[in-house]
Amino acid sequence: MAETANPPHGGEGETRRDFLYLTAGFMGAVGAGIAVWPFLDSMNPSADVLALAEVEVDISPIAEGQAVTVMWQGKPIFIRHRTKDEIEAAEAADADAADMIDPETDEARVEKPEWLVMVGVCTHLGCVPKGQRAGDPRGEYGGWLCPCHGSHYDTSGRIRKGPAPKNLPVPPYVFLDDTTIKIG
Amino acid sequence: MSGLQLKNPVLRWIEYRLPIFSFLDHSLGSSYPSPRNLSYWWNFGSLAGIALVIMIVSGITLAMQYTPHVDYAFDSVQRIDRDVNFGWLIRDIHVNTSFFFFIVVYIHVFRGLYYGSYKAPRELLWMLGLVILILMMATAFMGYVLPWGQMSFWGATVITNFFTAIPIVGDSITTWLWGGPAVDNATLNRFFSLHYLFPFLIVGVVILHIWALHRFGSNNPLGIDTKGPQDSIPFHPYYTVKDLFGLGVFLTFLALVIFFFPDSMGEPENYIEANPLSTPAHIVPEWYFLPFYAILRAVTFDFLWIIDAKLGGVILMFGSIVILFFLPWLDRSPVRSSTFRPYHKWFFWILVLDCFVLGWVGANAPDAEFHGVPFVIIGQVATAYYFAHFLVILPLLGIFERPKPLPASISEPVLPGGGMAAGAAAKPMEKA
Repeated sequence: MAETANPPHGGEGETRRDFLYLTAGFMGAVGAGIAVWPFLDSMNPSADVLALAEVEVDISPIAEGQAVTVMWQGKPIFIRHRTKDEIEAAEAADADAADMIDPETDEARVEKPEWLVMVGVCTHLGCVPKGQRAGDPRGEYGGWLCPCHGSHYDTSGRIRKGPAPKNLPVPPYVFLDDTTIKIG
Repeated sequence: MSGLQLKNPVLRWIEYRLPIFSFLDHSLGSSYPSPRNLSYWWNFGSLAGIALVIMIVSGITLAMQYTPHVDYAFDSVQRIDRDVNFGWLIRDIHVNTSFFFFIVVYIHVFRGLYYGSYKAPRELLWMLGLVILILMMATAFMGYVLPWGQMSFWGATVITNFFTAIPIVGDSITTWLWGGPAVDNATLNRFFSLHYLFPFLIVGVVILHIWALHRFGSNNPLGIDTKGPQDSIPFHPYYTVKDLFGLGVFLTFLALVIFFFPDSMGEPENYIEANPLSTPAHIVPEWYFLPFYAILRAVTFDFLWIIDAKLGGVILMFGSIVILFFLPWLDRSPVRSSTFRPYHKWFFWILVLDCFVLGWVGANAPDAEFHGVPFVIIGQVATAYYFAHFLVILPLLGIFERPKPLPASISEPVLPGGGMAAGAAAKPMEKA
């Protein structure tokens, strides 16, 4: 009786059952994974957050040597109307570009030399560097200085000294006309 | 031995169907035998449990008044302080009990380190405790973001930025954590949701922690197993009353701080509303995270060529807790209590000092100096020592340290003939 109820070990029935266990278990795991995905993905940026991805800025009121900060995607964007001296300093430093922490030429970072547009978030740990307002410390290279851990950026926003690993990033932007830029 | 005799017929009716009274009696009552020599260092487990209850009760009440939105959060906290009946009290209780919770838990952890409570057969008990500690830290971090002050915002920004250190997927993970391109309303909302959830996860792990504890009972200052009924006393009333006395002392200190120094352990910068355009000059976490913050910042150089300084710091910071999971196997000494370990005792106190040094380094700006020595160097030395304690000193002590002789039993030093069977010990005890 026992032999008829339980076929010998290693027989055909055993293998088929193992196969069913494995496939059912595998499908169950895949299904559970798929069921979890909507919950995880719901934590990614939502459509309304992503819709704020573009801003237009009128840059005509910004006099030479002045800077403004606008918000884009919850991050500060530095727009600086650079002086001749600042542009010359940035271009002169191109000669040393190879030795910089994050080598990049000034030309690669601007659309028009007099306008420098970049994300004002220190690439070290996300603080906002000082240097936008008159009277702010500008660091050893005359650009920006992060107050948190002392990263010095030059007049092109390139990291020259301190713990930050990258230059201040340049966001995607276009000149719609001479006095308006669209960021994003 | 099961001493529970219920006289009330209603309780007996319930007990027959759901044996909850005998369960409680075996957990916290007269049927739970405990080592007779537990010192006051054994009070901190129950204090941690009570602190957790205070946090949950005050937190649920605060949640009824708080608004998790970037435009209203800061104002709603001010409203709690000024307009809500007893809101000031409930918020001060919540804030200050969180500090005391960490003090109590840290003492509880170091108690375990000194008396070898992590050793066999209590390894899982120890590891569950570490899980609780990690959950507590996550809960505290998210809770600190909710008032939406400057430190809330910038602390959240700096800490979540560490996830960008993960190679390849770091940026996607950080965006996912934030729910946007920066710390913003989506971040505040999810932190509120999780800050409400995590304490209940902690309750769940605490139940497992106590379950594992009751499997073999408490360790004790001598670190030797109980060898019979002469070595133990019932938990109730002996330790319930001792725990209650400890609770009285704890609540006295807590009340002193809540009523007289409610902002003494907080950061004044957090009374300025969050401003994403202006970074405070000096970002520091809450004091209970300072040692970890120091470890995080100790790595200022790239190791190998794939791990840059930022990732290295993150790995070491998490590593400082992960290493504790391996402690039962790193400490090879068969003797639990440091009372009988002449060298471990001293290395334990050096480790305590090292943790204070790390906390002191974490509180200072990284480019600051102490009598000409940069804090970052002190932090690196202290971090190296922390890891050396677990990875080098403990394994070597297990080989080279010669422990002092252990007493035959817990009762031997105090009871005449105490190490012997109960019958033999009975007579002298009656005389005394």
